[in-house]
Amino acid sequence: MALLQIAEPGMSAAPHQHRLAVGIDLGTTNSLVATVRSGLSVVLHDENGRPLLPSVVRYHGDGSTDVGYPAQAMQSRDPHNTIVSVKRFMGRGLRDLPDAGNTAYQFVDSPGMVQLKTVAGVKSPVEVSADILRVLRDRAETALGGELVGAVITVPAYFDDAQRQATKDAARLAGLNVLRLLNEPTAAAVAYGLDNAAEGVYAVYDLGGGTFDISILRLSKGVFEVLATNGDSALGGDDFDHRIYCWILEQAKLSALKPQDARLLLTRAREAKEDLTTHPEVRVTAVLGAGQLVDLLLTTETFAEITRSLVNKTLAPTKKALRDAGLEPEDVKGVVMVGGSTRMPQIQRAVGKFFGQEPLNNLDPDRVVALGAAIQANVLAGNRSDDEWLLLDVIPLSLGLETMGGLVEKVIPRNSTIPVARAQEFTTYKDGQTAMSIHVVQGERELVSDCRSLAKFELRGIPPMVAGAARIRVTFQVDADGLLSVSAREKNCGVEASVVVKPSYGLTDDEITRMLRTSQENAQSDMEARALREQQVEAGRLIEAIEAALGEDGDTLLNASERAEIDGGIAELRNVLQGQNHMSIKDQIEKLNHISGTFAARRMDKSVKRALTGHKLEELET
Amino acid sequence: MDFNQNFFELFGIAPAYRVDPIRLEQAFRDIQAQVHPDKFAHASDAERRLSMQWATQANEAYQTLKQPLGRARYLLHLNGVELHEETNTAMSPAFLMQQMEWREAIGEAKAAGDVPGLEHLSAKLRAEIAAQQQQLAELLDNDKNFQRAAEVVRELKFMEKLREEINHALEALDA
Repeated sequence: MALLQIAEPGMSAAPHQHRLAVGIDLGTTNSLVATVRSGLSVVLHDENGRPLLPSVVRYHGDGSTDVGYPAQAMQSRDPHNTIVSVKRFMGRGLRDLPDAGNTAYQFVDSPGMVQLKTVAGVKSPVEVSADILRVLRDRAETALGGELVGAVITVPAYFDDAQRQATKDAARLAGLNVLRLLNEPTAAAVAYGLDNAAEGVYAVYDLGGGTFDISILRLSKGVFEVLATNGDSALGGDDFDHRIYCWILEQAKLSALKPQDARLLLTRAREAKEDLTTHPEVRVTAVLGAGQLVDLLLTTETFAEITRSLVNKTLAPTKKALRDAGLEPEDVKGVVMVGGSTRMPQIQRAVGKFFGQEPLNNLDPDRVVALGAAIQANVLAGNRSDDEWLLLDVIPLSLGLETMGGLVEKVIPRNSTIPVARAQEFTTYKDGQTAMSIHVVQGERELVSDCRSLAKFELRGIPPMVAGAARIRVTFQVDADGLLSVSAREKNCGVEASVVVKPSYGLTDDEITRMLRTSQENAQSDMEARALREQQVEAGRLIEAIEAALGEDGDTLLNASERAEIDGGIAELRNVLQGQNHMSIKDQIEKLNHISGTFAARRMDKSVKRALTGHKLEELET
Repeated sequence: MDFNQNFFELFGIAPAYRVDPIRLEQAFRDIQAQVHPDKFAHASDAERRLSMQWATQANEAYQTLKQPLGRARYLLHLNGVELHEETNTAMSPAFLMQQMEWREAIGEAKAAGDVPGLEHLSAKLRAEIAAQQQQLAELLDNDKNFQRAAEVVRELKFMEKLREEINHALEALDA
């Protein structure tokens, strides 16, 4: 309850108190949690001193779950209930998964996102991811000895809106306050750039277990500006394993394997891949369920040959990203390698050849993303304000609307710096038309059917008029997490109608609550306690933020009565905090937010003016 | 907060076609350093919302002013000249003829798989665009001839399309 120990009014609450914040790399194969301790970003280990948490969850009939190494150890024996690489299913429907038939899972198609049937019931990828995040949260809170203020969760830069929203939902479900969704290559660039005082154009080549990203960044004077990003959110180390697996089947003349045997050979394939990083050849041996023996020799040459097309699949997005940035390979000063899969020698060679230089491998490719995320989390939690930097990131894929004939009208082009908003006007095509359906899509293709459908909604109540007379303004807003919200408004004859949508795959607050309720450890009373706790933390955060602001600007930007109103709001919130009613705390939080709105606006104006004044002064001096 | 403030005012620079790109970028960065949502992740809801709006506005302003064509359009808009690019497609016959020649040349080079040919066309186009931009600067900053400037902007838009076409052709041949 440390957050609720309130300081005297006027004194900002313990400004140097270190707020506990972490960076989480929620990976396809492995996940990590890191934090900044004594100014250094460090990965937090489990009780056995292991930094990685395999992103594997096993569900039991009695409702208990195993996460990490124990689950991984059982994946061959219990393939239906042991979920690996769940990141590949985030925000994806069944039709998005071309190799769904090859896996041991029993998929349940459901609107928006596929689900998995297990002995513990049907699980959504969001719930499985939340189970992984919960273990990392517990690890962090144990190691740091307190409750987390928040977390930065990393996502592949090429994740679309559905995948991002699913990730954020998983974090909420795990009880984490998401400070920011941060793109993995950008997180790596922060860790690398700050370490090496890098300046100039850098490429981050990030090949993980299941995703590939390429980001081109310009680093200068503390600004990390993403110029362009590209990738493939379904390409990673898993695919290299799969190529070896297919090679084994072909060489050993195997077909129609049982799920257990398939899982075993996939595991052997992964081990062979890892061994080939340091050895010129490896033996692949396995005894299948029926007693059949597999014994093969795989050389690095063969491995490179059977995976050549995969390597090339990473170079095409790399070329596109460079072209979008308006650059040539020789303009790139350094290529930072990220993700365990970049250890493969054929990847190192191909990237080196493409950019005409040795790739940079001086940071551990497994850890660099988590370390960068932790550094950013530390800043976002408000722990440091001295040496500041700025991240200017972009959206990876264009956002648009369906127009007549199933065509896409792009509203926000890819590689736009976020946050970004854009409005587009549309009109009716029939006389007396009173409703219009709005279909939001994401992707680069011209046909709606080739893009990802994000949301569909109807704008009703358009006053009847002749075709083409109505003016419907659709506004897209993408926030700093890369998440989209859309609103539409008809503005004519003084009549306005507007609606705000959340993309259809996202979970509503009700669904999150239901999921929390169904997870075994959350009985009704726990729910109440949790809601109260959340509101108390939120209230503490708000009071702290406003008091800090009052300390800085309260005397200059507010007159006596305005000041009194805010002080009154804070006092009232403190008052309801004495009680146990989370609803009344929530109401008062909203009220205080409202009361302090004008003050917030004035502070923002002041900062902007200060930014420009500083600039002008500099110019006078020169 | 004044969202009606124009983009030049936002960055504290004089409204003109000729801008110092380094100064523009510095002003953009100075403002983002103050308003970016990363600076307000732990602040109140009200401040977070404002920060997103401000940062969005700063991005929009910078993207508009950074591109020569965007800057020209915006200056015309400030001077009450709307381009109506979707509906107003009237161009001089001479310009249209030239456009057709360009298109033919690009089409032929593409069909022949002539990468050096396309690159040559690209360089030639770049030079023409630069000359047009020079003219635009004169018209907007010196002559204040906004009507003529609007015509040049419309022509430049066509030329940008040609540039895209060449890039697409090169991309297609690359793959």
